[in-house]
Amino acid sequence: MGKINLLGLEDLSAEEIINILDTAEQLKSLLKSSRKKAQHLQGKAVINLFYENSTRTRMSFELASKYLSANAANITASGSSVQKGETLIDTARTLNAMSADILIMRHSMSGAPHLIAPLVDAAVINAGDGMHEHPTQALLDMLTIRERKGDIKGLKVAIIGDIYHSRVVRSNIYGLTKLGAEVSVGGPATLMPKGIEKLGVKAFNTVQEAIVDADVVMGLRIQLERQKSGLFPSVREYHRFFGVDDNRLKYSKPDALVMHPGPVNRGVEFSSSVIDGPQSVIDEQVTNGVAVRMAVMYLLTMGSFLPKED
Amino acid sequence: MKLLIKNGHVIDPANGIDKVTDIYAENGEIIEVDVDPDLDGIEMQIIDAEGKIVAPGLVDMHVHLREPGQEYKEDIESGTKAAVVGGITSVACMPNTDPVADNESVISYILTRAKEAGYANVYPIGAISKGLKGKELAEIGSMRFAGAVAVSDDGHPVEDSGLMQRALIYADMFDIPVISHCEELSLAGEGTMNDGAVATELGLKGIPRSAEEVMVARDILVAEAEGKRVHIAHVSTRGSVELVRQAKKRGVKVTCETCPHYFSLTEEAVRGYNTNAKMNPPLRTDDDVQAIKDGLKDGTIDCIVTDHAPHHIDEKNLEYALAKNGIIGLETSLGLGIKNLVNTGVLTLNELIEKMAVNPSRILGINKGTLGEGKAADIIIFDPKKEWTVEAAKMQSKSKNTPFDGETLYGKPEYVIVGGRVLVNQGELM
Repeated sequence: MGKINLLGLEDLSAEEIINILDTAEQLKSLLKSSRKKAQHLQGKAVINLFYENSTRTRMSFELASKYLSANAANITASGSSVQKGETLIDTARTLNAMSADILIMRHSMSGAPHLIAPLVDAAVINAGDGMHEHPTQALLDMLTIRERKGDIKGLKVAIIGDIYHSRVVRSNIYGLTKLGAEVSVGGPATLMPKGIEKLGVKAFNTVQEAIVDADVVMGLRIQLERQKSGLFPSVREYHRFFGVDDNRLKYSKPDALVMHPGPVNRGVEFSSSVIDGPQSVIDEQVTNGVAVRMAVMYLLTMGSFLPKED
Repeated sequence: MKLLIKNGHVIDPANGIDKVTDIYAENGEIIEVDVDPDLDGIEMQIIDAEGKIVAPGLVDMHVHLREPGQEYKEDIESGTKAAVVGGITSVACMPNTDPVADNESVISYILTRAKEAGYANVYPIGAISKGLKGKELAEIGSMRFAGAVAVSDDGHPVEDSGLMQRALIYADMFDIPVISHCEELSLAGEGTMNDGAVATELGLKGIPRSAEEVMVARDILVAEAEGKRVHIAHVSTRGSVELVRQAKKRGVKVTCETCPHYFSLTEEAVRGYNTNAKMNPPLRTDDDVQAIKDGLKDGTIDCIVTDHAPHHIDEKNLEYALAKNGIIGLETSLGLGIKNLVNTGVLTLNELIEKMAVNPSRILGINKGTLGEGKAADIIIFDPKKEWTVEAAKMQSKSKNTPFDGETLYGKPEYVIVGGRVLVNQGELM
């Protein structure tokens, strides 16, 4: 049995994605129980290697591994591997020599986990690489949508915000379109990457066009430093044209889900009334993040994302 | 040392020769071409070139030899060995060494080291600006007298248009070309590959074609206004080709070059975060490759150069964004030219030799790229139909950063003669 990795949803089939979601749904019951301990990862070593600051993703992976009885360890490296003085490959080799079973990696540079995956025995999970992919985020988004809407097929999902820099959007595009959703993206033209339509989505420069009749409205975090590099003039102007408030939300379906990968800039991507409103499932996304990460780690140690044949 | 090359198909565009004939060389010089010399009783080396092409040694006017200062990547000896194996008997080397070749001492040092190495002829290129900083002119006249054949800040654009204007005027006084690395840094930004759908998919920041074209346009306009000449380095986009084409039609004294990778590869090669497909300017699209080929065919693009840029494996075996720009090219350029230009009908072999030997010699004002009588016996012999496979590990260059490893090419030089000395004999480096 060769090892498998989770580097991106681009690499997964619809069947594999559905099986991850099914597995996550089963494991989620553990989160509601009074004794949050199962044996799925007993005896396994899980290392969190984070080259970027992260609270929720790192904590989510750490708790997921602990709920399944893995031995978990964290490394938070500030800045790039070069600033640290050791190359990424050397760091990965060192960790490999410590017999890790799963290596969870976040890095500011696209392709970093792809560089490491072939060099280590551990299964590698991409916890976000640069502007490329963040597969577990998209999986937790899909689990949340599926729970609320039953089936992803045929749904219209609108993703609004900084499309250019977003790894969340790329993973969601791969995952959602594989499961049959129709995806539209909206945001300022300066934050819209060239040729995004080739990934099978429609791109708009107004929120109204992007979210019309949407079943799901997903906001993406606007990094405030983008304003300083001249990509948009001000947070105020961003919110005026691209922020989603109660009025704008009316363009989508009345029961549309409001989602956000967090952390939210209140009053920028969404108004507080939208974030705290009845359509918001932002907290549920966080819970599902733990469930999805338990499922991914468990399936990785089983050696396949495909359902077991009876 | 006497040498007779018999029965080869001699292609010597500089002298209008394209037929089966013999070449006789003595003491490093070509004595006779086309006339059967009376050689009875003279002891000499005879090379039977029947069925093969005999051409002037190639001239690569854009090479990084990395010496002085970065000998862990390449040095003058290893770089000129690589050149010779690739059929390149003369190289012009860029000044971004450490220390920078911005003064006559470094130029002299490079020439001394090249002579000691004894492989390809080396023609140093001096810096346009002191320290490649783009602020003050380097001592262009002194470097010219020490042996520099051109000036360039290659690797860096001359951002200050006024400095570029003065460089063109000043260098012209010494009849030395200015080679411009065209890149508008504010447009290139933090980009690491061509801007477009592939960059979007890979999550890499893009370098728009305008980053190159804005500077090509600027240099053409400055050269035009002053009536001076400029040579545009490593052209990679359709827009740049078109700008040069129109400028040439207007009579602007502009010449330009491209590299084998810009007519052989596209941005697709970056997939998988392949750092051996990372260079500056970046690999572009099919449409640009076609435009480069059209530009070569109609004469807009004067030369093919390698931009041979050796980097240590530790500088490439990294996150894509951190890897250095550039690839080696000396040992694959002829093969890629035959495969992707001659075999596809873009250029005749004769035209390929013009782009790879005759035109660069003319632009640099050096006495190369010719098999004329009395000229140095820099000669290559190859069979353009014969296949060979690129093996990076076996290359002469100290660095192995090529995207062409394992590729089948054509026409590996079987004999390479520099100044009458047979340095590659039956395919083996002597």
